[in-house]
Amino acid sequence: MINDASIIKREKVSISKETLRLRNGKNSVILILSLLLILAIILSFTMGRYAISLSQLFEMLSYKIFGGNVTWTQSVETVLFKVRIPRIVVAILIGGALATAGVVYQGLFKNPMVSPEILGASSGSGFGAAIAILLSFNAAGIQMSAFLFGLGAVFITIIISKCVSGSKNNILVLVLTGMVVNTLFSSFISITKYLADTDDKLPAITFWLMGGLSSVSLKDLLILLIPFILGVIPLMLIRWKLNVLSFGEEEAQGMGVDTSKIRMVTILCSTLLTASAVSIGGMIGWIGLIIPHIARLIVGPNYKVLLPTSALVGGIFLLVVDDIARCLFSIEIPIGILTSLIGAPFFLYLLFNERRKKE
Amino acid sequence: MKMEIKNITCGYGKKNIINGISIDVESGEILCLLGPNGVGKTTLFKSLLGFLKIKEGQVLIDGEEISKWSRKKLAKVVGYVPQAHNASFEFNVLDVVVMGRAAYIGAISSPSKEDINIAEQSLKALGIYFLKDRLYTEISGGERQMVLLARALTQQPKILIMDEPTSNLDYGNQVRVLQQVNELARKGLAIIMTTHSPDHAFLCSSKVALLQRNNIFKVGSVHDIVTEKNLNEAYGVNVNIVKTLGDNGEEIKSCIPLLN
Repeated sequence: MINDASIIKREKVSISKETLRLRNGKNSVILILSLLLILAIILSFTMGRYAISLSQLFEMLSYKIFGGNVTWTQSVETVLFKVRIPRIVVAILIGGALATAGVVYQGLFKNPMVSPEILGASSGSGFGAAIAILLSFNAAGIQMSAFLFGLGAVFITIIISKCVSGSKNNILVLVLTGMVVNTLFSSFISITKYLADTDDKLPAITFWLMGGLSSVSLKDLLILLIPFILGVIPLMLIRWKLNVLSFGEEEAQGMGVDTSKIRMVTILCSTLLTASAVSIGGMIGWIGLIIPHIARLIVGPNYKVLLPTSALVGGIFLLVVDDIARCLFSIEIPIGILTSLIGAPFFLYLLFNERRKKE
Repeated sequence: MKMEIKNITCGYGKKNIINGISIDVESGEILCLLGPNGVGKTTLFKSLLGFLKIKEGQVLIDGEEISKWSRKKLAKVVGYVPQAHNASFEFNVLDVVVMGRAAYIGAISSPSKEDINIAEQSLKALGIYFLKDRLYTEISGGERQMVLLARALTQQPKILIMDEPTSNLDYGNQVRVLQQVNELARKGLAIIMTTHSPDHAFLCSSKVALLQRNNIFKVGSVHDIVTEKNLNEAYGVNVNIVKTLGDNGEEIKSCIPLLN
């Protein structure tokens, strides 16, 4: 009985997947996901230690727009507008940014197992934050340092790989150099931790690296918005050409695509997205790896729809995970731990699935 | 349309692999490149396609030197058909073929109805329209080779460059690919292809370029170049060339290796 039921369920899943894939305008998927996102946003407004009911929420929103009677306490309003709304938007932006960077890198490196960390952006950012904490920078200073070191790490990767491979553009050298730079910056992080004061600095660094959105403010949102827009818009514009790139350098060139230009734009934008996401939210792993897979399962590999789908799914996912992080227990769970806890088993599931398909 | 390769030298880094080769191909002609492994056929290909810089000499298309052309311009004239391979992602066949339009599509646009039409036309021309909605990763090697050919045709090129189009294909698919190659040449394309089988040169080519080790290079009509003596020199094996008659009474040559 159980077997029958699971088989039927599996068939249903595969049928619905097929219909989704075959649907002419895959735009309907994007529409459904947008609605889901709006739903998730509304629910997230109401969740948290200060429970805000839906009616209260709409009253407050209509007051902000049309004016009217105030029937709630000032603290509720502060929670909603100063804490909850920025946090919700930042969660969506970070999820979307990491998923976008991941999906784009997977095409660029012709490998579905690649994540946005591959060129060193997040370990660089981690080191930037760690050293800023060690030097007692304020919150803005930590963010700035994380962002700059993230960009710097990728820059170092590119420069070294250019020196190694000479005039040829060699993607393998780039990946290997990325690994080296990643390892280097991870060791730098360890050194910083080793040097840090064990009473306050070490815990601060450790918590920062675990990732979290608990201290996000309206200002962070505005700071994040600029690199997010600068990173996402060019990628959205060139997204169809990314399909061609995923067939490899030479074939893409044979089809008339200037691969080095597109690759540069792609790496630049993805780095901007990753470094800014990490500098605000800390090391939130796995999103850039698994969300593109989920998106590809829904709409297939064509970047025309894959890229927006991936960004939307990433935003929804991180928003939901962040809700869990702040509501599940009385103390907040670092969000990076949660995404790993969800991401790692899901990745295993993908591996098994892949094997079953081959058999 | 005429492609002239004039005295070109190419290779990787400081090492020259091809030294001073000259060949011409015109519309309707098929040039087969024959030669043992490692002699530089691929290097020559990559240089013609602009993946590798040509060190000396020139490649001209209708008298214009192509080293100054942009990738876009080159892709509109020269189509590249790589060996059938497996893609990392599960694209639809139609999605793959439409990618041939990349050179015609602006940096920030995606394929129009017209582009999709052209892609469907090239699938129809090769008789594989039924593959349109299948996944590229799940069709056979022979079908994949046809899809890559369709993608190159979608570029609407005047010259096709094919890298061992028959390798890894079963006997039937090899013959079908060769039929298409002949058909495309009849329609006026100039075709350059590499092959490991001298028989394929007999079946298709109007011209053969035989590359040998130590920079020995012969070019001419298939009957002048693919001879028992030349094949022995190039590959180090003994062969007999036999003749048979085709359906219309035309003479067809074939190459039989002698194992003793």
